[in-house]
Amino acid sequence: MNAHVNPKTTRREVVIGAAVVGGSLLVGGCSMGDMLSIGAPKDFGPFGPFLKIAKDGAVTVVSKHIEFGQGSHTGLAAMVAEELDADWNKVVIEQAAANAKVYANLGMGVQGTGGSSALANSWMQLRNVGAATRAMFVQAAAAKWGVPAGEIAVKDSVLTHKSGKTAGFGELLEAASKIEPPEKPTLKAPKTFTLIGTDRIRRKDSAAKSTGAARFTQDVQAPGMLIAMVAHAPRFGAKVKSFDDSAARKVAGVVDVVEIPTGVAVVAKSTWAAKLGRDALKVEWDESKAEKRGTEAMLKEYREIAAGKGGDKIKWEAFDVHGTGKAPEGEIFETSYEFPYLAHACMEPMNCVAQIKGGKTKLTVASQIPTMDQLNTAKIVGALPGSIQIETLFAGGSFGRRGNFQSDFVTECVHIAKKAGKGNPVKLVWTREDDMRAGLYRPMVLHTVKIVLDKEGYPASWTHRVVTQSIMKGSPMAPKGVDQTAVEGAMGSPYLKATPVVDAKVAFPDAGVPVLWWRSVGATHTAFVMEHTIDQLAKRAGQDPVAYRQALYKKAGKDGARHLAALQLAVDKAGPTTTPGYTRGVAVHESFGTVVAQIAEVKMEGDEPRVGRVVAGVDCGTAVAPDQIAAQMEGGICYGLSAALYGKVTMTDGVVDQGNFDTYRVLRMNEAPTVETHILPLTGPPSGIGEPGTPVIAPAVANALFAMGRPATTSLPFVKG
Amino acid sequence: MPTTLNVNGKSVTVQAADDTPLLWVLRDELGMTGTKFGCGMAQCGACTVHVDGQPTRSCVTPVSAVAANKITTIEGLGGNHPVQQAWVKADVPQCGYCQSGQIMSAVALLNGNKHPSDADIDAAMSGNICRCGTYQRIRAAIKDAATMPAAPAQA
Repeated sequence: MNAHVNPKTTRREVVIGAAVVGGSLLVGGCSMGDMLSIGAPKDFGPFGPFLKIAKDGAVTVVSKHIEFGQGSHTGLAAMVAEELDADWNKVVIEQAAANAKVYANLGMGVQGTGGSSALANSWMQLRNVGAATRAMFVQAAAAKWGVPAGEIAVKDSVLTHKSGKTAGFGELLEAASKIEPPEKPTLKAPKTFTLIGTDRIRRKDSAAKSTGAARFTQDVQAPGMLIAMVAHAPRFGAKVKSFDDSAARKVAGVVDVVEIPTGVAVVAKSTWAAKLGRDALKVEWDESKAEKRGTEAMLKEYREIAAGKGGDKIKWEAFDVHGTGKAPEGEIFETSYEFPYLAHACMEPMNCVAQIKGGKTKLTVASQIPTMDQLNTAKIVGALPGSIQIETLFAGGSFGRRGNFQSDFVTECVHIAKKAGKGNPVKLVWTREDDMRAGLYRPMVLHTVKIVLDKEGYPASWTHRVVTQSIMKGSPMAPKGVDQTAVEGAMGSPYLKATPVVDAKVAFPDAGVPVLWWRSVGATHTAFVMEHTIDQLAKRAGQDPVAYRQALYKKAGKDGARHLAALQLAVDKAGPTTTPGYTRGVAVHESFGTVVAQIAEVKMEGDEPRVGRVVAGVDCGTAVAPDQIAAQMEGGICYGLSAALYGKVTMTDGVVDQGNFDTYRVLRMNEAPTVETHILPLTGPPSGIGEPGTPVIAPAVANALFAMGRPATTSLPFVKG
Repeated sequence: MPTTLNVNGKSVTVQAADDTPLLWVLRDELGMTGTKFGCGMAQCGACTVHVDGQPTRSCVTPVSAVAANKITTIEGLGGNHPVQQAWVKADVPQCGYCQSGQIMSAVALLNGNKHPSDADIDAAMSGNICRCGTYQRIRAAIKDAATMPAAPAQA
């Protein structure tokens, strides 16, 4: 879409503000960000909304993105510090307020974190902020010292001239503040970076997170604060019919009990009182519109749909149909794969603090998509979205869960604050079971593939059917065409590019289970389907899985070039010798602009696979913070492996069977692999890293098990029962 | 009803029913929010504190059961404990929510075993879940902390 720049916009706003609105949504000549930021604070300092410099020269970078573990705060600050030549050790980070325009994700058009885009969308924006501000200081020094600007050097927040003159940012602050930023700040050539790409970049939050000082939503305490817990329906789509709160009200510390759209809330003076009060509630539910099917019945329906027996209501949508003429005749490979619902299971269960007082609404919450939370809150309290104040805190994990179209836990808290807060802050606390049973799962998915092989054993035609719920359908971000979040990774696969005839389609049956993106979204299943299929085809062709992939990447041309390089890096770094007792499996997948190859060494321990060493080869463009890329590879692999080994949410007659970590098993220390991360030395724009490590490990493990002589894996998780 | 506790070497009196979990007394009554709520049933370890030096899940420990014991929380480590130093040096935390519990389990391990093997680390740490998957760095940081000068006696 066209960039919308107000003619009155000043250079200060364009260069160091946020008016560079590539990708911004336009409504009637006014951007979505413009509309949704009405009522939001507009005044920023001389260096714009992303950078503050104090009188003592201290540099504060304002992060428009949430920090939920992925290292966004540190990476974003490093981009500014690099171009500003600030003293990295003294840079501090502040979380931005909610402002849909100024703090828009340039890939979304509104404020939000997701799609592994924090660094990628900020790359030019924040480097420009740093470079423009550096130029303002240089010009101020040049004027003060009467020397050419070109003779001034900046290092560690200090400006120097060969004459011996020297000044810190603090000394030049006033003069620099008055200088007009350059129209086109000169950015550094990547080879001159002194911070980006180095291990000098350490996380800025490690100390706070190692002492208990880091502040999460769960930790918010304030005078008069009330704690709320909610009795939710056991089945999705059920409503409150009636309730008896007489026992709940007798619990010491319980202040009020109120009905809200999602259930019955008990409001108390302490968390434990709220819990006891909630447990004492008796609620009757109206289940006339509830989803009463179990996951077995739903999966059976998916199988029928995939087999073409879904009836007239099922509409197949193409996501890749290419190649003409009749599919060739040859040997046929045919299989299917089934994937369960998955919970995000963040360490910090969902929670929120809301206060409605004097006509103003303030949320204190780990807000992943502040603009969405503002919109949904505004509807309840009757205010302009931009006027909803949000203080975003550290999140105890998200993996996608905290950013959803309903703002489910946020709006629940706002309803309670409106009905029972009486001007006091209300903290909504979900227990682990509340969190696990609230839905917004990674959808259940069924894939079928039918491949006709050519004489060399490569795919001549590829027929692919996907059956799943749509994440995007009915949402404010619903696409006009096919919901790509369901098929990305199969769609765009170099293997499909290398196949002459492709017929790939998806069907979206309705179900009453709320679904959502989950770390790496569509790739959570498409990577498995494509990569595990390839190993089975390689075996039929009598080829080594690496060599077979290399041949297909070459057939795919430029669409396979990055895969080829990432795979080669992983192969080279893994070396020729497998750890004794283990078997290797390989997988390669691109998501969020990043290609990751993984070689996993796997053995069986009883009935369960154990992963030892994993070697990862990564193409993510410029490696801004290499040690954090390694951390995301380590963490992403654990997250993906946890789901692959154990993860599943099931329902019996519509009631979720899992509740806590005793029934939703997750990866623990004794099951965690050792990951070695290797990054291709590239200088292009950075691409995502929070998610792309996650989807590759499951097929790598499946391929190792297959190489051991075990049967191909046709459903996850690996560990049944 | 009033209960007197010894938390981080200090005597404190709190108003809480006997069966209130220690976790909520620490957080809601004493305002010590470093100890985290993760599961409420001793499955995840985010709420780990020391009771007379033993790693204990405070989410299932009634406050009345520990009135006569010495309780140490993450705040009681002082911030500069060798394990905390090793955590920062290795950039262990990601989201950070589980790390108080991880550190308390690690400190208890090292107090009883100066040079833990991988198997010792597995045994002592597998009660602590990290959904960000920082296990590899936790393991490395424990080994690193084992090489540092011992912590003051209290922790």
